[in-house]
Amino acid sequence: MYNPEVKHNCCSHSSSVSGSRMLLHPLQRLHLTVRSLSREWRGFQHRDRSFTVSGIMGTEFHNLQELRHTASLATKVFIQRDYSDGTICKFQTKFPTELDSRIERSLFEETVKTLNCYYAEAEKISGQSYLESCLACATAYFIFLCMETRYEKILKKISMYIQEQNEKIFAPRGLLLTDPIERGMRVIEISIFEDSSSSSSSSSGSSPSSSTAQ
Amino acid sequence: MITRKITRKWEKLPGKNTFCCDGRVMMARQKGVFYLTLFLIVGTCSLFFAFECPYLAVHLSPAIPVFAVLLFVFVMAMLLRTSFSDPGVLPRALPEEANFIEMEIEAANGNVLAGQRPPPRIKNVQINNQIVKLKYCYTCKIFRPPRASHCSICDNCVDRFDHHCPWVGNCVGKRNYRYFYLFTLSLSLLTIYIFAFDIVHVVLRSVDSGFVNTLKETPGTVLEVLVCFFTLWSVVGLTGFHTYLISLNQTTNEDIKGSWSGKNRVQNPYSHKNIIKNCCEVLCGPTYPSVLDRRGLMLEDSCSSAPSNGATTVPLNKSSNPATQTTKSSAPLIPNEHTPDEAKPSIGSGTQKSSSSPKEEKPSSPISPNAVAPAVIKESTH
Repeated sequence: MYNPEVKHNCCSHSSSVSGSRMLLHPLQRLHLTVRSLSREWRGFQHRDRSFTVSGIMGTEFHNLQELRHTASLATKVFIQRDYSDGTICKFQTKFPTELDSRIERSLFEETVKTLNCYYAEAEKISGQSYLESCLACATAYFIFLCMETRYEKILKKISMYIQEQNEKIFAPRGLLLTDPIERGMRVIEISIFEDSSSSSSSSSGSSPSSSTAQ
Repeated sequence: MITRKITRKWEKLPGKNTFCCDGRVMMARQKGVFYLTLFLIVGTCSLFFAFECPYLAVHLSPAIPVFAVLLFVFVMAMLLRTSFSDPGVLPRALPEEANFIEMEIEAANGNVLAGQRPPPRIKNVQINNQIVKLKYCYTCKIFRPPRASHCSICDNCVDRFDHHCPWVGNCVGKRNYRYFYLFTLSLSLLTIYIFAFDIVHVVLRSVDSGFVNTLKETPGTVLEVLVCFFTLWSVVGLTGFHTYLISLNQTTNEDIKGSWSGKNRVQNPYSHKNIIKNCCEVLCGPTYPSVLDRRGLMLEDSCSSAPSNGATTVPLNKSSNPATQTTKSSAPLIPNEHTPDEAKPSIGSGTQKSSSSPKEEKPSSPISPNAVAPAVIKESTH
């Protein structure tokens, strides 16, 4: 099981999953399939410069094929960037209405805040980043051919954290978080799944995207 | 029987970049001027090592050629890093994200009467007590983050876009700005170094053999002096210009457009108001990773299984084929609108090497290759 070390003091995410029972869709199969998706993805990942992403991206759609009879993608919600502090990577913690019936506000906010903390730590201009930059400059940046940068290390932590959150919190609720790096660090994409066996219920939040899809 | 063909993501990326070494190298399409740069640097240094260094090593000090070699290696490393790396390209929005943004825009605009021009797509954001306008990019279908701009030569939105430099054959943006700056700085030093020691060499030799004989013995010197003389003015000027920009934490793009020129009490919200802090942020800040994932693998099933809902191809895969796009799939409601142009930038100081001004995006029709068959994604139960 994953245990991402959270060394910085501002982020102490709790990994309590139990939460309230408010959202138990009959989606336990979905939960299992999401977990198997994430495991399969981890086995088949390749990213530039040996940085492996264990988030769920391309193959999720491919494998989704196989699960169509159990669950289908209803819609997606995008959490946008928050630029109020400048160009640093930070996401809005505003709770989207489409997730109202799906997940508790506090859990969602905690996830986004933890992610923001991770990114803030990665982009912090501290003594360590100066040292890394100066050392790299002194070697004409050849050292980056063999060394992983601090940012990349934190990105790995982030992807593990997202995976853990998906497995423990989001998948049981029929949701799937996509690592922002897969979307150019522009948005956090949350996919909302519906169990097709309980089909007659409209997609959660009656998000406008489904109705004006054409 | 399903056979899987594995392609790397760089093969399907939109935009007008060229990729080499299986996606490890990323450059603009036009590379002619870059080759010229390479030729000038390598050629001049070779002449220096061939003609001057033997004499100077013996008559003055062996440290001279050693230092020249180190400087030369540094210059080349910085040049290649600038030219070959991803400047900070923002990937285009996938269809769902584009639709989501469209709907937000519609919701914000309310009802627009038929025949009336819809209002320009701008989001206002407050950064450091300054209102910054985020513009919508019609090509990439995103609201550009602050300081990002669309390079029409490479057809990409680039984060913290500085300019497109034909001399390095690439855009200069967030990820490679420091390498570009170090390249101009080290090239200035190298040019001054070579120029100075050329003069020293000619003087020393002329004392022995006379001026004309010296030139006959080392014809390379004349060439070097010529190249260095002309390069000196432009490169040193450019370095000075970028030092000024860095100290103010501005980009060339912002400087040319006069975004923070102080008119209407507009100030640069990104500046720390402290030269040291600004320099540290730009030069010693974190090394941002590329979000493009050029060498990631994409699975593509080559058998044509049911293409409707059963399309097994990964969405990004389909983004390559321009023939299959329709304008409808991603931007159904908005016609191809030209964003309100800010004043076209005039080419700034004469020392500015980048001759092509960082133009704003042109209103390309939404033939963005992200017109992925929505069937793959939207499998709504309705």
